[in-house]
Amino acid sequence: MKKSRREFLKVAGITILGAGAGSLINGVSVLSAAESGRKPGLDFFKNSDALKAKRWGMAVDTRKLSDEICEKMQVSCHQLHNVPDFIKKFGKQEKRHEIKWIWETGFEHAFTGRENEFPRENLEDLPVVVTCNHCEKPPCVRACPTQATFKREDGIVMMDFHRCIGCRFCMAACPFGSRSFNFRDPRPAIYDRNPDFPTRTKGVVEKCNFCAERLAVGKLPACVEASEGALVFGDLEDPESDIRKLLAENYTIRRKPELGTNPSVFYII
Amino acid sequence: MNDKGMIIAGLIIFFTIFTFPIWYNHGAAAPPPEPELSQKAKAAKTCVEDTAYMRTEHMHLLNQWRNTAVRDGLREYTGKDGKTYEVSLSNTCLDCHSNKEQFCDRCHNYASVTPYCWDCHTYPKEKM
Repeated sequence: MKKSRREFLKVAGITILGAGAGSLINGVSVLSAAESGRKPGLDFFKNSDALKAKRWGMAVDTRKLSDEICEKMQVSCHQLHNVPDFIKKFGKQEKRHEIKWIWETGFEHAFTGRENEFPRENLEDLPVVVTCNHCEKPPCVRACPTQATFKREDGIVMMDFHRCIGCRFCMAACPFGSRSFNFRDPRPAIYDRNPDFPTRTKGVVEKCNFCAERLAVGKLPACVEASEGALVFGDLEDPESDIRKLLAENYTIRRKPELGTNPSVFYII
Repeated sequence: MNDKGMIIAGLIIFFTIFTFPIWYNHGAAAPPPEPELSQKAKAAKTCVEDTAYMRTEHMHLLNQWRNTAVRDGLREYTGKDGKTYEVSLSNTCLDCHSNKEQFCDRCHNYASVTPYCWDCHTYPKEKM
């Protein structure tokens, strides 16, 4: 049978339409199968007790701080988060591998700007406790190639230890030295391990997480609880919060504001 | 063409050695693992999802759990049966499956997979 061009085009057109419809039906059935099957991830939600904020922040009242309180805060934080103590385990030479989430430091180390040649008397003797500033524009997050460090919606700069590849770009990017690297296996140097919080492995960077795991169950950060009122924690975006009231009433400074990272930790001096 | 015998002998030796693992292990497959449930897991009857789903998909579920808990801050999970669980490997999964050696490890060893969960997370025996 000899086909005319017209007939050939008709058949070709119908074939193409048919094939198209077939793949459409196929696609729809795949889609509906996916819907009827279990799709994990649809059933997650926040704990109803969780503390919520638009931007978490902390105010450090240096007038109420003392060396003992700083020590207490550090111990409670480090115990809770399974932070290894290499110096206690291996001696002084391990200072270079020290891991810190929160620690006391000298005023001149915390505030390096030195704006004033003749500061108030005893200003530089004030005890200062430093930790991750949970910057509004965190340079560590920009530096991280795997998004292991990320900023949550509530302003907390978090580490996802699962994703960290240990490149330490974040440590180079952080102007506050808030990050520590596990140069060696931390487990042997963890005293009194807290089973509710994971440890880290060698080759992972770690830092303060504003106790995200405690906020999730309605508790304030461990350092705030141990601080005897020297630390105030709250929502910086809420004008009625305790922290905003404290900031409104007192003169506060932040670490290295000139760098434009917009830290969320404030110091009353 | 005088090396014909040598070549054939060589080929036979080569294929014998090459296929050694196949015929040596033939019919001697290791028995499939039988993960044991702990008393608590037996009493609970069902995991966060049904058994068949957990058996094939637990690794994906765990990945999902870790991502939603760490990255999205969502730390509660409601299963098909409407029960709500804390999203936590150490506190939820291992609370029931407290016998890691008899439960997790048996299949993982058989399948020769080494998940790195325990490099960081704590399992009950290890609690100090």
